[in-house]
Amino acid sequence: MSGLQIVFLIVAVVTLFSGVMVVASRKMMHSALWLILTLLGVAILFATLQAGFFAIVQVLVYIGAISILIIFTLMLTRRVMDDEHPQVIKGWWLPAVMAVILFGLIAGFLATWEDFQVMLNELPADAENLAAFGSALVNPAGYVIPFEVASVLLLAALVGAIYIAVERKEKVG
Amino acid sequence: MSFWRDPIIFIIEWAKGLLAGIGWGPGWATIVGFVIGAFVLAAGAMFFVVFLIWYERKLIGRLQDRFGPNRLGPWGLFQPIADMLKIFTKELITPSGVDWIAYNLAPVLSVAAVLMMWAVTPFSKTFFGVNISVGILFLIAVGGLGEVGIILAGWGSNNKYALVGALRAVAQLCSYEVPFVISALVPVMLTGSMSLVDIVEAQNPWYILVAPAAALVFFIASVAETGRAPFDLAEAESEIVAGYNVEYSGLKFGMFFVGEFLHAFTASFIFVTVFLGGWRGPGADQIPVLGLVYFMIKTFIVYFALILFRGTNPRFRIDQMMDLNWKVLTPLSLVVIMVIALVDRLFASSADWLRTVILLAANLAILVVAERLIRRGVKTTRPEVGSRERPVASPDNLFIQPGSGAKG
Repeated sequence: MSGLQIVFLIVAVVTLFSGVMVVASRKMMHSALWLILTLLGVAILFATLQAGFFAIVQVLVYIGAISILIIFTLMLTRRVMDDEHPQVIKGWWLPAVMAVILFGLIAGFLATWEDFQVMLNELPADAENLAAFGSALVNPAGYVIPFEVASVLLLAALVGAIYIAVERKEKVG
Repeated sequence: MSFWRDPIIFIIEWAKGLLAGIGWGPGWATIVGFVIGAFVLAAGAMFFVVFLIWYERKLIGRLQDRFGPNRLGPWGLFQPIADMLKIFTKELITPSGVDWIAYNLAPVLSVAAVLMMWAVTPFSKTFFGVNISVGILFLIAVGGLGEVGIILAGWGSNNKYALVGALRAVAQLCSYEVPFVISALVPVMLTGSMSLVDIVEAQNPWYILVAPAAALVFFIASVAETGRAPFDLAEAESEIVAGYNVEYSGLKFGMFFVGEFLHAFTASFIFVTVFLGGWRGPGADQIPVLGLVYFMIKTFIVYFALILFRGTNPRFRIDQMMDLNWKVLTPLSLVVIMVIALVDRLFASSADWLRTVILLAANLAILVVAERLIRRGVKTTRPEVGSRERPVASPDNLFIQPGSGAKG
């Protein structure tokens, strides 16, 4: 077993465990912290796949921005978090069975895929992944339309946020 | 390779040879090298803080017309060591009702996030931790981990003041990340790479001469990211006791303290790396150790400016802090990046010096226009209080201080 595989196994176990703890822990704040650990695990998985850019973006966007915003909202709701209600709903077994079936189906389909058995190909050290990725985003033959559409969508969200947050000056009289 | 040209790399190569001599493969030798290197760098940074604290207290003292520490050792140099020993021996109080994990993880994270920035910064031509292709993004991402540390401290300590401080800190850090990232894009655009090593190599001339407007925004945003005066709303003593670290004592408080000083120093050497040419200087290409010297000199100049900033500006109100970010810095950085992209593309085929001059002119024009626009928004001119002439204690000899026991 190579060092990379050992790293992968450790990271996978930690990621899955903290993923479970996100829904299993009592305090919502702890859930958010476990979520950060899960996302960090995913970032490390990206790094082991030689996708350093995605690893960093994962940390930057998901931990640096999204988790912090989640925690930010949680901080204002401390009393709600320590409730003593049961954590599972009545018919919990039905979604559980469905989740297992879905997992089986996905795994089965993946097993029939011919590249499923292929081992990880190591990229050459001087591969220009990042530059290729960057030019693909602005290339008409690449992903320029989804990229621009996503940008416009984000801009719309930004304008919407400002519209909601802006202080309207009521006219007197 | 001779020792005097590049002592650090020389020692590393020597150690590798030593490990190979006792039969360790190059793979293991590299791993051991990284572990030892990380340990030495982190420990060195922590000890360096002792000096930084003295430097800053001394300077702030001068700015406030007093002497600063001057009792222990020459020029009070040993004062921080005594303070450090005192903080080591203090009791670690854990208040009731804290969230144990969050409370204890927070100080560690706030130091670790800063130390991680040291891993990618090139200190000289040959001396850097790793050269990752997304270095500058790494710096910003790791800064986000520091924010997590502050949040954990504020939420975990079960204290209203701490919570208010953490909320303020997060609002401030998240907001100032926007102009920080946008202005950091300018050197990336000029270099064509996000690696800090490449950015330093490409700075001919320094980027502060090519894009002073971007450098100004970057500097102000990085001061805000360090969270010290005038951006110290998160630990405004006169409003919310001490902010997010109010419930910490002993070594845990010391960690926050160290984290803050290290962050200020780190912010100044990141500014040096990105805009002031890093280790570049006459002869630094041939003799790498000279690069380290230049790097430190430049860093201390920027750090000095940072302390001047801290010592001379009163604290912002929260609305002023937000106004500065969203109404001044963010639009300014957006304009700068668009203008630089346009000019850089239009004059891509002309000579380098011509393009540099045009970029500089464009930047200065943006700064002048921005200054005019900001001035227009100022409604009242504040009356001057007191007289301009102030009594200032001027020591006859900068190195000998009255009362320090040294003979002049």
